[in-house]
Amino acid sequence: MAESKVQYGPGSTDSTDHSMTDQTRIRNFSIIAHIDHGKSTLADRLMEKVGAVSERDMRDQLLDSMDLERERGITIKAQTVRLNYTASDGEEYVINLIDTPGHVDFSYEVSRSLAACEGALLITDAVQGVQAQTVANAYLAIEAGLEVIPAINKIDLPAADPDRAAGEIVNILGGTAGDIVRLSAKTGAGIDEVLETVVRDVPPPRGDPDAPLRALVFDSYFDAYRGVVCYVRVVDGHLGSGDSLRFMATKEVHAANEIGFLTPTFVPVGTLGPGEVGYLITGVKEIDRIKVGDTITGARTPATGALPGYAEPNPMVFSGLFPTDGDDFEKLREALEKLRLNDASLAWEPETSKALGFGFRCGFLGLLHMEIVRERLEREYDLDLVATAPSVAYRVTMPDRSVNEIKSPQDLPESIDRLGLAEPYVKAMILTPAEYVGPIMELATGRRGIVGDMNYLSPERVELDFEIPLAEIVFDFFDILKSKTKGYASLDYEPADYREADLVKVDILLNGQPVDAFSAIVHRDGADAYGKKMTGRLRGLIPRQLFDVPIQAAIGGRIISRETVRAKRKDVTAKCYGGDISRKKKLLQRQKEGKKRMKMVGSVEVPQEAFVAALKVDDDS
Amino acid sequence: MTPTQADGYSQSSAAYVHVPFCSSICPYCDFAVVAGRDDFADRYIAAVCSEISKSEPWRPLEAIYFGGGTPSHVDPPLLGLVLDALALKHGIAVDAEISLEANPEDFDTVRATSLHGLGFNRVSFGAQSFDPGVLVALGRGHQPSEIESSVRAAREAGFENVSLDLIYGTPEETTDSWNDTLSRAIDLTPDHVSCYALTVEMGTPLSRAVRDGAEAPDPDTQADRYEYADTVLGAAGHTRYEVSNWSRAGYECRYNLTVWAQGEYEAYGNGAHGFRNRRRFRNIRRLEAYVESIENSRSARAGEEVIEGWDVELDRLFVGLRRVVGVATGEGTMTLLDSDDGRRLSEAGVIVRDHDRLKIAKPLLTDAVHRSVIALQPPIVSTETNA
Repeated sequence: MAESKVQYGPGSTDSTDHSMTDQTRIRNFSIIAHIDHGKSTLADRLMEKVGAVSERDMRDQLLDSMDLERERGITIKAQTVRLNYTASDGEEYVINLIDTPGHVDFSYEVSRSLAACEGALLITDAVQGVQAQTVANAYLAIEAGLEVIPAINKIDLPAADPDRAAGEIVNILGGTAGDIVRLSAKTGAGIDEVLETVVRDVPPPRGDPDAPLRALVFDSYFDAYRGVVCYVRVVDGHLGSGDSLRFMATKEVHAANEIGFLTPTFVPVGTLGPGEVGYLITGVKEIDRIKVGDTITGARTPATGALPGYAEPNPMVFSGLFPTDGDDFEKLREALEKLRLNDASLAWEPETSKALGFGFRCGFLGLLHMEIVRERLEREYDLDLVATAPSVAYRVTMPDRSVNEIKSPQDLPESIDRLGLAEPYVKAMILTPAEYVGPIMELATGRRGIVGDMNYLSPERVELDFEIPLAEIVFDFFDILKSKTKGYASLDYEPADYREADLVKVDILLNGQPVDAFSAIVHRDGADAYGKKMTGRLRGLIPRQLFDVPIQAAIGGRIISRETVRAKRKDVTAKCYGGDISRKKKLLQRQKEGKKRMKMVGSVEVPQEAFVAALKVDDDS
Repeated sequence: MTPTQADGYSQSSAAYVHVPFCSSICPYCDFAVVAGRDDFADRYIAAVCSEISKSEPWRPLEAIYFGGGTPSHVDPPLLGLVLDALALKHGIAVDAEISLEANPEDFDTVRATSLHGLGFNRVSFGAQSFDPGVLVALGRGHQPSEIESSVRAAREAGFENVSLDLIYGTPEETTDSWNDTLSRAIDLTPDHVSCYALTVEMGTPLSRAVRDGAEAPDPDTQADRYEYADTVLGAAGHTRYEVSNWSRAGYECRYNLTVWAQGEYEAYGNGAHGFRNRRRFRNIRRLEAYVESIENSRSARAGEEVIEGWDVELDRLFVGLRRVVGVATGEGTMTLLDSDDGRRLSEAGVIVRDHDRLKIAKPLLTDAVHRSVIALQPPIVSTETNA
C-alpha cells in the first residue's frame, strides 16, 4: 500500500514521522485540459495505479468531490493528491497531482494550481482535438514557466483520430507528434507511460532547504470541524507541525496545528520539506482571514520576500441575488461567506432594490460560475433566490474627470451627468471546424465583435481571434455558438481593455414605476430590440390585475416600447349558495396562499418566476 | 330591496332539501347527483323524512328550497312527504316561500298542478339556453320549446313565482345566440332570472374534456355576456340583487337571501350543507352511504365548521358582499379598507364605501375581494396593562 512505498530521505529526526522527501524524488504537476477531455478520469486512474485508493473506495472521478461537480460532470475546484510511485528506474518517487477545472470561468483555479507545480500534463481529447481551453491552458502553463507534457486521451473511442490531434498539438507547442503520449484513461492504456513521462520530464523542485520557510497557499476550504484547511506548497525551508507562522499578505501569525499529506485523505506528518505539497490547519475559523495566494513564512525567522503568487481573479459578471423571503437576508449573507472561503473569486456587496428588497450584488467569473453559486446557495443552504439580469462592470467618467466603476445599471448616472461611459472588452478565441467559420463570424460581428486573426491548426480546424464587448458574450453567446456549430466550437476569452461605447440604460416601467431589477445597460443599437423583448416577455408573465398594467421600456424619459396587461374582467364564482360556502372559502384561501409568492411592485403583483423568466437567456435570436 | 330588508333575512328560518336524482348527468355538474337510480327514490325520501324527524325542532320555516339534482324528476307525492315531515317537525309559516328546481324536459301541467297542490309556490327552471347547439353542448335533454311549455304549465297550475336559470359563455354560444336566449327568456315574463357563467369544476367530465384539449370558456367573453345580460334584464324590469341573480321587485329568492344575510338554515339529504347554531355543517355526500347511515340510526353529518369570534365577521362579509346591497360597515369592513389589499381594491373601484355600507361595485371581480376578506387578521386591540 501507499505508505510502504514512501521514500524516506536521510536526516530523519522524528522516528514516528516521515522526514522530508528528497527533492530530486518529487514531481509536482497539474493536469490541464479543455472541459470533458478526461482530466478527472485520468486522475482517478493514476491514483488507482499507484494504490492511493482501494478498489472499495474507488468512485468514479474521486477528485470531483462536490455533488454539483459530480452531477454536472465538471471540475470546479482544483483537487490535489499525493502519490507514491516506483518508476522503471527502480527509484521511488512522490508525485503530487493537482486536478484542475476546464471551464473558462475557472481558469484562475488553473493558474493557482500551476503556481504549485513544475510541470503540466496537457490532455487533448483524441476525438475532439485541440479546443479553446487546451490552447488557453497550455499558454498559462508556458507563461508560468512549467514543463508542458502533451498527451492524447480517449484513444479507445471509435472516432478517435490521435494523429490529427497530435498534429494540432504540434502546431501550438512545437515538438514532434511521435513524442506525444497516447492513452485511454478509461481502459488504462498508456497510464504507465504517463507516469514514466512525468517522472522523466517534470523537473524536480529546486527549493533551498536551508533558507527561511516560504510556502504558497494555493487553495483553501472550510471544514466544519477543522476550520480553514489550507493547501500549501513548500518552496524553501521547512514547515513543521507546531511552528509559529506568519502569513505575509495578511500579516497574521498562526500556529501550524496540523500539517500533512493528502492521499487524498488527511495523513498528518511532522514536517513538510522543500518541494512538498500538503495541507495546513491553523485553527483559524473565520472566513476571510486566510488569503489564497499568500506566502507563509516562519514568524521568528521570516523570509524577506514573498512568492510571486498570481493574479487574483476579477469578477466579470455581476448580478443581484435576493432572498424570496426577506427574512432570509442574514442567512444569505452567512451562506455567501461560507462559499467565499472555497471560492475567493466570489465578491459581493449589499444591494437594495425597490422591487426585490434587500440582497447582495455579487460578482462572478462568468455565467457558469454564477449559475453554480446560485445553485449551491439554493441547494446547500436551502435558500430560495431571485437573481437579477447579469451585468458587467462599466466605467463612468464623471464631470470632474474621475472614473467610477459601476456594477449595477441602477448606479449609472443620467447621460448629462457623465462625460463618458466605457465597457469591458475581452480577447476571445474560438476554435472551430472550418465549415462553421461563416456562421461564427456572423454571430461575432452581430455582437459588435471585431474579428482579428484566423489560424488554421489543421486543414479542418480554425482558430478565430476577435475582440468583443464582454457584455455581448456573458449572456447567451456560448449557447448560441454551441448550437450554431453542433457543439463543435469552443470558446476562451480573457479581459482586454475598456472602450468607450454608445451605451444606454433601458428601464422597464410597470404601471409607470421603474422596476430596478429589470434595468439593463445595452448598446444604443440594440436598445429597441431589448425593450421590445422585455416588454413582450413580461406581458406574458404578469397576470392580469384589477387594473390595466402598462409595461414600458424607456431610455431616460423616452418610451421605446409599450405593452399592456389588460385588467382582469372576470374573477368571480358564478354560484355561491348555502351548499358551497365552506368549500368556496377553502378554495379561495388556497388561491390566496398562491398569491403570497407574488412580489408587490408598486401596486402590481409580479410572480417570483417572472423575475427569473424575464431575464432568462434567449433560446431564440 | 333596501339594505334593511336584505339584512333582515338574518333572522329568517330556512331549510334546504337535496334531491339528487336526474335523468342524466350534465358534464359541467359537480353537485351530489345520480342518474338512472329512480328505483332508489322511495328509500331516499324515507331517509330524508327520517333525518327531518330526528332533527332538533326549530320554529316555523319561512323559506324552503328543494335543490338537486332535479327535484321535479321524482314523483310529486314523494316531495309531499318531505313537506309533511318539515311541517310536523318545525312547522311551515303561512306565507313561506317553498321553491323547487325543475327541468323543462319532464315538467307538464299534470306535474305542475300536483306540485302546486302540495304547497310549492316557486319554481326555478334549469332552462340554461335557447340555443339548441348550446343545450347539446351542455348535455341537456330538452328543447328550447320545452322551456316555453314548462313555464306555461307552471303558470297554468298557479305558480306566481317562476325563475329561469341561464348559463352563458359556453364555447358553442355566440353573441347572437346569447342575446336571443335572453330575449326569449324575457318574453316568458319570468319573475326571477339567474345567469351563471359556465364554470369548469374540477373532477367533472367538462374539466377532463378541457384538459384533453376541448375549448374552455373565455373569461373576457363571459364578462361581455354578463354585462349584456345585466343591461337587457334591467331594461325588462329586472333588478340585479346578487352577483348572478335578477328579479322583479319583491321576487328575490328568500331562501338565498337568508343564506347571504348569514341567517340559519337546516339542510337535509345527501351532500346537503346547512348552518345552524353557528355551525356550517355538511351531510354525507354519497347517496347509498347517506341512506344507510340514516337507516342504521346514525347521524348523516360528514363534518362541520364552527363559526365563532372573528370568523363570524369574516363570514358575514363573505356571504353578504355578494349582494348588491353589500354589508353594513363594521370591524370587518374597516379592517378590509385599512389593508393593502383593501386599498388596492378601493383604488381600482372594485369596492366602494356608501355611507354605512360597503359594496362591491364590480361584481365580476367578487372573488378578488373575497380572497382579501378571508385573509384578514382581526384588528389588534390595545390592552390595558397593570403597570
